[in-house]
Order: sequence, then C-alpha cells, then structure tokens
Amino acid sequence: MKTPKKKNEFLYFALGNNKLKIGLVILLFFITLTFIGPLLTDYEPLDYIGPAAVPPSSEYWFGTTTFGQDVFTQFVYGLKASFLVGIIGGGLGTLIGILVGFTAGYRGGIVDEILNMFTNIVLVIPTLAVLLIIVAYLEVRGLLIESIFIGCTTWPWAARAIRAQTFSLRTREFVDLARLSGMRSLKVIFGEIAPNMMSYLLLVFILQFGGAVLIAATLDFIGLGPTEAMSLGLMMNNAVLWGALILGIWWWFIPPGIAITAIVGSLYVMNVGLDEVFNPKLREM
Amino acid sequence: MKRYFTRKLLLYILTFFVAVSIDWMIPRFMPGDPVDTLMARAGSFAEATELMHDYYTKVFGLDVPVWQQYLNFWSALFHGDLGISVYVFPLPVTKVIMRAVVFDILLLLPAILLSWIAGNWFGAYAARSKRLDNTILPVGYILTATPYMWLAMLLAWLFGIVFRIFPISGGYSYAMSPSFSWPFVGSLFLHWFLPFISLFLVMFGGWAIGMRNMIIYELEADYSHYLEALGAPRNLVRKYAFRNAALPQLTGLALSLGVIVAGALVTEVVFSYPGIGYLILQAINTRDYFLLQGCFLFIILGVLLANFIIDIVYVFVDPRTRTGMQGE
Repeated sequence: MKTPKKKNEFLYFALGNNKLKIGLVILLFFITLTFIGPLLTDYEPLDYIGPAAVPPSSEYWFGTTTFGQDVFTQFVYGLKASFLVGIIGGGLGTLIGILVGFTAGYRGGIVDEILNMFTNIVLVIPTLAVLLIIVAYLEVRGLLIESIFIGCTTWPWAARAIRAQTFSLRTREFVDLARLSGMRSLKVIFGEIAPNMMSYLLLVFILQFGGAVLIAATLDFIGLGPTEAMSLGLMMNNAVLWGALILGIWWWFIPPGIAITAIVGSLYVMNVGLDEVFNPKLREM
Repeated sequence: MKRYFTRKLLLYILTFFVAVSIDWMIPRFMPGDPVDTLMARAGSFAEATELMHDYYTKVFGLDVPVWQQYLNFWSALFHGDLGISVYVFPLPVTKVIMRAVVFDILLLLPAILLSWIAGNWFGAYAARSKRLDNTILPVGYILTATPYMWLAMLLAWLFGIVFRIFPISGGYSYAMSPSFSWPFVGSLFLHWFLPFISLFLVMFGGWAIGMRNMIIYELEADYSHYLEALGAPRNLVRKYAFRNAALPQLTGLALSLGVIVAGALVTEVVFSYPGIGYLILQAINTRDYFLLQGCFLFIILGVLLANFIIDIVYVFVDPRTRTGMQGE
C-alpha cells in the first residue's frame, strides 16, 4: 500500500507547483506543434512556394523568406530537429555522465582519481571550439552525428554532479548492508544507489536536454549543422546570411529564436519546479 | 595550499597537452588534404600546380613522418610560430590573431565581470522575496535560455535597423583608421555597445538564477536555522548565506567559461565584430586550417589563464583552501 500513497504525494506537490505546470504546458505546446505542424502545411521546408519576403498573413502564417520559402514550414520541421538533438544528445550526455559518475563515485581510489582528472580536462577545454574544428572537417553531416558529438562533449558536469551524489550515498548503511550480503557492484549501484538518485538523474537529463538544444542551435548558426535537414539554428543562419536584419524581415529570425528560448526556458523552469517537488526544503512556504 | 596549486597546475598542463594534441590531430586525420584545398583555390597550370604542391607541403611540414610532425608542431608552438594564414595569405597566424584578441578582451572582460557581479547581487536580493521572485526572476529564466546569437540579432535589428541608434557591423567605423583620437574611441564604443549588452544580458540571467537558487539552499542549511534560532537578525543570516553561496558561483564561472566563449563567438559573427569568433568563421569558410588551429589554441590559453586566475581568487575567498582542507 505504500507505493500508491507515495505516488499521490508526488502528484499532489507536482500539481501544486506553478513552475512545473507552466514549464510543462509550454513544452507540451511545442511538442504538439512538432507533431501536427507538418500536417498543417502542404510544403517541404526548402520548397520555393510563393512571393519573396511577404510578411505573415493568413496564407503564409509566418511569412516567407527572401527566396519565397514558407517560414512556418521551416519552423515546424526545425522544431523536430531541435527535439531530436535534445533527446539524443542530451540522453547520450546523461548516459555517459551516469556511467563515469557512478564508476568514479562508487569505486573511489585510483579509478576515481583518473576518471576525475579526465572529467576535469574535458570540462576545462571549451568543447564548442573542439566541435567547431571537428565539424568543420566533415563534409556531410547528419542530425545523428551532430547529436552524438554534442553528447560526447557535454557529459563532464553531469559526471561530476553524479559522482558527488554517489559518494555521499555510498557510505550509507543500506549500501554497506547490500555489499556485506555479497551483492555484485553493478547490482549495488543499480539496485541500491540509482533508485535513490532517480529524481536527481531526471534533473540532470532535463538540463542536458536544454544544453544540447542550445549547442545545436549555435553550431547550426555558424553553418556547421546537419547538411540536409532544416533546423531552427539554420533558419537564423540563413536569415543573417541573406540580410534579413538589414531588409527588416523580422518574421524570418524571430520565430526560431522564440521557440528555442521557450523550449529551453521551460525546461529550466521545470527543473527548478521539480527540484522543489522532490526536495521539501526548497518548497515555498 | 601548495597541494591545491600543484594539483591545479598539473591539471592545466595536462589539459593544455591534450588540447594541443587534439588541435594537431584533427586536421591531419580528417578527410580532405589541406594542401589540396589551398591548391584548389590557387591552381590552374598543371606544372606550376605540382611545384607549388611540393612547396606548400614543405611549408606546412607535411613531408616528414607523423611523429616528427607532432614534435615539430610543439617546437614551433614554443617559438610562437603557428604557421601562415591562408585567409590573409602571407601573414603569420600569430599576427592575425593578435589583432583580433584585443577586441575579444575589450568585449569579454567587462561583459563577464559585470554580469557576474550584477547577476549575483540581484539573485541574492530576489531569493525568498516573493515579489521579486515572481516578477523579475522569470525574466532571468528567459534570458538564460536565450541563444546568444538570437538576442544579438534581435538587438541589432531593433537598435540598428528600426531605431538606428547603434551601428551593427564591424569593430569601428569603416571610414576611419585606428588612432588614439576621440572620434575613433567614440566609434569604437558605439560598435562595442550592442555586442557587449547582448552578452551581458544572457549571462546576467544565468547568474541571477544560480544565485537565487544557491541562497535558498543556504538559507535552509542547518547553520542558518541555528543562527535564526539564536535570534540573529535576518540580514546577518543572509550575509552568511551570501558568502557561502558565492563560492559555487565562482566555481560556476570557471566551469561556464567554455559556454561563454561559444556565446561570444556567435555574437561576434552577428555583429561582424572583428574578434576571434569572426576570424573562426572566416577560417571555416576559407578552410584556413592554420588559422583555425591558432584560434583554437588562443581560446584554450585564454580559458586556462582565466581558470587559473579564478583559482587564485578562490584561495582568497575560501579559507579552507589555505589550510589545505581544500574542496574541488
């Protein structure tokens, strides 16, 4: 009988938390738009469909680019790319962070020293600069490659945070007991330690997700994003490249920026909201 | 304290070593030959092409075994020789970068320091003050989630095109040549302002929110409750909380330098501000791999130097590092 009660308690505080609710609503709105968006438009993102540089109207909801491409179509396809990068890149970053963090935190000693050194090195190196030069030498780039690169360079802080948490859990009685009873290390980690950090891991994933979306937008903006797919960063890149600023075609670069800001912002707000739900001390009185 | 610095120094030396190795490796093990690229830009006559190919191979040091190339790379590095730029052909990379670095320092140093100070101050105020927390802090979330280049574009469009207050391109007026005269300094300032404010705003949001959350953690810590129970005035408790919360924020500054650099790069691209970011874009477009390599090295050096300065500051703010009870 204990589990359902606990669940209800979580739901109770989750539903009472405005930050979580607002963040979730915004996020769900954009997720929905990602799925139904392509159904609302008859074009492909790169199709030349009509007059150039028309402001938003009932026919072209977000207006058109200087080439006469439909901004709304590009926008909804770009959303999909952002979410994909967030899930794959953020997921991979979290996964590596979990592996390194658990190993370092649970093993301790020399393994920890080495992994920690390695983490710190990757942490200090400005990873975007590394991404820049790697990506600059790749001729054809896909969304998947981009996500993998992002995941492989953003894990260090997650690893650090998870390591610190594992450290503090490792010395608790129940973990000692599990170890004494002859459980294998892997089982101790995933059976005893991980469940106690689930909420924390969720928070880490949310932050990694947001970070990945931002990094992808930055890469795309410099023109180093996927060579075939449409993305929000690429829209901004094109807008700057073809003089949207000077020509005053604001409808070209404002929607992608708003979408990124809203998605990442809602993730951050949700993160703080969830933190308050999980951690009674932080709740507002 | 000695242990603290030895560890940090070791870390930085290792990082530098790894970074330089990556820097050396990437162009060599990536598809595409840098010499061929250069030839594609220059070449026409078959005979001349071959002669020039040999010449460039020698200049770029690609005609010796790989391990020798690696050692040569290090030795050249210590001589301050980063090769010749293709983008601005006969000029040495070091010189090209040096010209750009001045603009980066002008832009980044004030933006980072001011946003950190202002953000922390503001976040500390907003924490547990219902009105501020609910009104202005959401703005912080929006700011910190804003992509750097988008805010830059928005400001450029608003203040450069719509209101025509600030210029939106270049580091100073194209009609002037650098000199120490008032008109030139004025032009420098006008061109500097928008990139500065857009970097400042995005960073400010992040620091404000970080500080607000840290203060709340600290106010819920046992020592705060204990102080309160003793009847300490609210301001005193907050002061203690602030000092404790400032430490992770300082670490945060060191950790986020990489992200800040990335933000500065794209901001410079939007404003065609002649710093390293703009240079990198040109290097990518012209496939100038020596310039790209050089820019990367300078960024690494800058980030390491900044990290080291923060470590020194840390010793002054956190007494634990002085007594050898150091934390990370």
